[in-house]
Amino acid sequence: MSVRLALHSPSGSRSFLERGLLLLVMLIFLEGTVLTLGAASSPDIGAQDNTGGGHDHRGIAGSHDHTNYTYIKKAFPVLSLDYHHIQVPFEISLWVLLASLMKLGFHLIPRLSSIVPESCLLIVVGLLVGGLIKLAGEEVPPVLDSNLFFLCLLPPIILDAGYFLPIRPFMENIGTILMFAVVGTLWNAFFVGGLLYAVCQIEGTYLSQVELLPCLLFGSIISAVDPVAVLAVFEEIHINELLHILVFGESLLNDAVTVVLYHLFEEYSGAGEVTPMDVVLGVICFLIVSLGGIAVGAIYGILAAFTSRFTSHTRVIEPLFVFVYSYMAYLSAEMFHLSGIMALIACGAVMRPYVEANISHKSHTTVKYFLKMWSSVSETLIFIFLGVATVAGPHAWNWTFVSVTVILCLVSRVIGVVGLTFIINKFRIVKLTTKDQFIVAYGGLRGAIAFSLGYLLDKDLFPMRTMFLTAIITEIFFTVFVQGMTIKPLVDLLAVKKKQEAKRSINEEIHTQFLDHLLTGIEDICGHYGHHHWKDKLNRFNKKYIKKCLIAGERYKEPQLIAFYHKMEFKQAIELVESGGGVKLPSAVPSQVSMQNIQPKKLPPPVAERALPQFTKGREEEIRKILRSNLQKTRQRLRSYNRHTLVADPFEDGWNDFVLKKQRLIELEKKMTEMSNYLTVPGAIPDSPTMCRARLASDPNAFYNIKASSDGIPTIQVDLASPQSPDSVNMLNEFSKEGATGQGLGQREGADRDEDQGLMMKLAGKGEKGEEEGGSKNPGLMRCLSDPGPSNEDEEDEPFLP
Amino acid sequence: MQETGFTPAHIVRLYDRFEALDKEKTGLLRPQDFGAINGLAMNPIGDRIIGAFFSPGQETVDFHSFVRILAHFRPEDKKRPKDPSMPEPVNSRTSKIKFAFQLYDQDKDGKISRAELLQVLRSMLEMQVTEEQLESIADRTIQEADLDKDDAISFEEFRKSLEKVNIDHKMSIRFLR
Repeated sequence: MSVRLALHSPSGSRSFLERGLLLLVMLIFLEGTVLTLGAASSPDIGAQDNTGGGHDHRGIAGSHDHTNYTYIKKAFPVLSLDYHHIQVPFEISLWVLLASLMKLGFHLIPRLSSIVPESCLLIVVGLLVGGLIKLAGEEVPPVLDSNLFFLCLLPPIILDAGYFLPIRPFMENIGTILMFAVVGTLWNAFFVGGLLYAVCQIEGTYLSQVELLPCLLFGSIISAVDPVAVLAVFEEIHINELLHILVFGESLLNDAVTVVLYHLFEEYSGAGEVTPMDVVLGVICFLIVSLGGIAVGAIYGILAAFTSRFTSHTRVIEPLFVFVYSYMAYLSAEMFHLSGIMALIACGAVMRPYVEANISHKSHTTVKYFLKMWSSVSETLIFIFLGVATVAGPHAWNWTFVSVTVILCLVSRVIGVVGLTFIINKFRIVKLTTKDQFIVAYGGLRGAIAFSLGYLLDKDLFPMRTMFLTAIITEIFFTVFVQGMTIKPLVDLLAVKKKQEAKRSINEEIHTQFLDHLLTGIEDICGHYGHHHWKDKLNRFNKKYIKKCLIAGERYKEPQLIAFYHKMEFKQAIELVESGGGVKLPSAVPSQVSMQNIQPKKLPPPVAERALPQFTKGREEEIRKILRSNLQKTRQRLRSYNRHTLVADPFEDGWNDFVLKKQRLIELEKKMTEMSNYLTVPGAIPDSPTMCRARLASDPNAFYNIKASSDGIPTIQVDLASPQSPDSVNMLNEFSKEGATGQGLGQREGADRDEDQGLMMKLAGKGEKGEEEGGSKNPGLMRCLSDPGPSNEDEEDEPFLP
Repeated sequence: MQETGFTPAHIVRLYDRFEALDKEKTGLLRPQDFGAINGLAMNPIGDRIIGAFFSPGQETVDFHSFVRILAHFRPEDKKRPKDPSMPEPVNSRTSKIKFAFQLYDQDKDGKISRAELLQVLRSMLEMQVTEEQLESIADRTIQEADLDKDDAISFEEFRKSLEKVNIDHKMSIRFLR
C-alpha cells in the first residue's frame, strides 16, 4: 500500500503528503460511511427500493395489478440497487471496518497514541461519527443497544481476559480482590446512592422527586469498575503485575455484586421499599449468582476439556470448541440471571490447561489470535458506540446531579480503597503501600457496562432515566478521559514499579519449586493448613485423577520443570544461532551440554544417546564463524505483547530459504574436517503434541548438529532441539503444578527431519540410521509441521511454576 | 522469646503443637515423630526438612530449637531499623535464604555441589525423568548461577540467583506473624 511506501520513503515531505492523503481518504470514507449509516437508519429507506431505473415500471405495474389483472411487460432490469436486502449485515460490517480503520489510523500517528489512550480517541471518533450523522440530518441509530452489548460485544473481551488470566497472581491475591470487589462495590453503591438521595432532598435542586431506591439503583450502576475500560487503559501503562491483577480482578468479580444489586433495586423500586427479608434474600441471591456463575463456567470448561481430548483427528474445528463452549457458558449463565462474566472467566480458566495440552499447535495459535482479534474489535466498537450514543441522547442535564455524582464517585472510591486496604493489610504478607492504594483508587474506571445497565432501565418506572444516563455518561467520560489520560504520567511520576521483563532462570524455577515444597513441609509440621497445603493437595488430586480424564495420551506425565528446562535450552540454542555475530552468550555454550531424549520410561528410546566431550574455545569460535557466515539473519523476537502488536512470524520468510541453506551446509561440512565436537539436541517423544509446539523465533535451520560419525567423516545434521515451548506456561497453579502444559518440541524438528533425511543420505552413510530414527518419529510429528506462530508474549512469559 | 520474635501467643500455640507431635511425652522430638506427619512423608524433600531441625550429631530436638527453626518462617518485620551492630534477625531475608541453602547443602561445606543439586532434583522430579536429563538440568543450573566457575554454587551465588524472587512471600507462614 502507498502508506507503507510513505513510511519507508526517505524524504520527510513526501511521507507527510502520503500520510495526509491517507487521512483524507479515511475521512472521506468516514463521511460516506456516516451518511450511509445515517440514511440507512432513517425510516424512509423501506419505501426506497425503487431506486433502480428498472423498478419504476414495476411500481406502477404493481399498483395496476389489483385493478386490471393484466401483466404489463416491462424492461428487464439490467442493473438494480436493493440496499434493503443487505442492509443489516452491511451496516454491521461498515461499523467493524470503521472501527478497525480507526485503530490503524491511530497507530500511524506516532505521538498521539503515547499521549492519549486509545479508548479516549475512540470515544472522540464516536462523537464525531454521531455528530456527522446528526449533521446529515438523519437520526442517530441506537447503536449501544443493551442486547447487542451484552450478548455480542462484551463476551469476546471477557473471554479473552479469562482465558489468558494469570492464575497464580490471581489466586494469591484472591482475598484482596474479593474484598475490593464485593465490599468495595457495596460501599460505593450505598455511599453514592445514599448521599445522592440526601442531596436530592435539598431544597432548590428541583430533584426531590427522585426517591431513595432509584438513587440506590443509580449508585449500584455507577459504582462498578468496568473491565473493558480498565483493560484498555491499563494495557498501555504496564504497571507491575500485582496492581494490574488487583484492579483487573476486582473489575471482573464485581459483576456478581452489580447484577444482584441492580436486580434487587430494580425489582423493588416499583414497590417503593425494601424489607430486611429482601436484604437477606439479596445476600442469598448474591451467593447463588456468583457461585452459580462459576459453577456453570466450570462445567462448560470441563466439557470443553473433555471434548478436546478426542479431537486428534479433526484438528480444524478445535478452536471452535473453545469459543462455542465458552459462549454457551455465558449464555447459560445469563439465562438464569447468574453472573455471565464470572461464568466466562471460570470456563476459560478451567479449560485452558487441559485444552492446551490436547490441541495442536495451529489450533492454539488460532484460538489466541481469534480471541485477541475479537476482543480488540469489540473494545473498539464499544468505545465508538459510546461516543455515538452520547450524541444520540436524549439528555437531561442537571448540573447538581451530575457534578455531585462525579465528585461522590471519586470520593467514595478513595475512601473505600483506603479503608479496605487498612483492613486487608492486616492479613497480607506483602502489604499494599500508599502508592499502590493510589493507583488502585485512581484506576477505578467506569465504562460501557454502566451505560448499558442504565439504558436497560424501564422508562415508565424511572422517569429520571435520561438524567441518570446523562450522569452516567459524564462519569464515564470523566474517568476515561481525565483518569485514563493522566494515569500514565502519574505512574511515571510516582515511580510505581513497572512490569518486570520476566526472564526466569532455571535457578529460580528450581528454587521456587524447592521452596514450595519446603513451605508445605513446614506447614505440615506446624499443623497449619495454610495456602501451600491446599495448593499441594489440589495439585496431587489434579495430577492423579483429573489429568488422566481430560488429557489425551501420555502427555499428562510431563513434569513442569523438564518442560521449562527444555524451553530454556531451546531459547538459548536460538540465541546461539542468532547471535552468530560473536555476541557472548549469557551462559555460553555449556561445557557439557547433554540434552537427551525426553521419553517416558515406557516408550522405547527412539534415538540413540549421544555423549558429549568438552567444547574448547577454539571449537566454539570455529562453530560460530561458520554459523555466522551461513545463517540467515532472523528477525528479532518482540518481547512485549499487547493487542496492537502481533508478533511477526519469523518463519514465514525463512522456510523458503531453508532448503537452500541446507545445500550450502553440505558444502560447508566438508570444510570442517577436524570437528569432533558437536552439539546435540534430543529428539522428541513421538506422540506428544505438546512437545511439538516449540516457539522457534528464529531461523528454521536454527540448530545445527555437528556430529562425529563413527567412521570419522564429519557430518552436519540439522536437528532441532526438542525443548518445550516457551508458550502457554501460564497454568492454573492449583491444577497443574507438575505441568499439564509442558509443551513443545521444535516443531520444525519434524520438518527438519524430513529434510534431514535427504541430507543425511548424502552424508557419510548415516542415512539409514537417521532414516529410521526419523521415520519412527515422523508419524507423531506430522502434525507439528506447521509454522510456529507468534513467539513469546509476555503473558506467556509467566513463570512456569506457581 | 526475643531472638525469635514470636509473641507469647505464638509460643503457646507452637508448644501445643510440639506436645501433640511428641507422642511419648519425653519433651524431645525424634525423627520418627516428624516422620509420623502424613504430609511430610509425601513431601519430596521431607527428610531434608526433618534433618534441618536436628543439629549435627543430635538425635533429638527440644522445644527451644524447634521454635528457633520455625522462627525462620516468620514474615519479615519491614519496620525493623537496620542496625549493623545487631546480629541479623532469624527471619530476615538473608537468614531465610541461608536456611534454604543449608537444606541443599547437606555436607555443610558451604557450597552446593553438582552431586547435591542432582540429589535435590532427583527427589523433586520423582522418577519421571531420565538420569541424563537430570544431569543436563543440573549442569545448566550450575552454569547459570556459578559466577566464579568453581562448578558449585556458593551462598552468595545462591542468593544472587534468587534476587528476583520475593523470599519474604515465598518463605513465610502467615499465622506465625
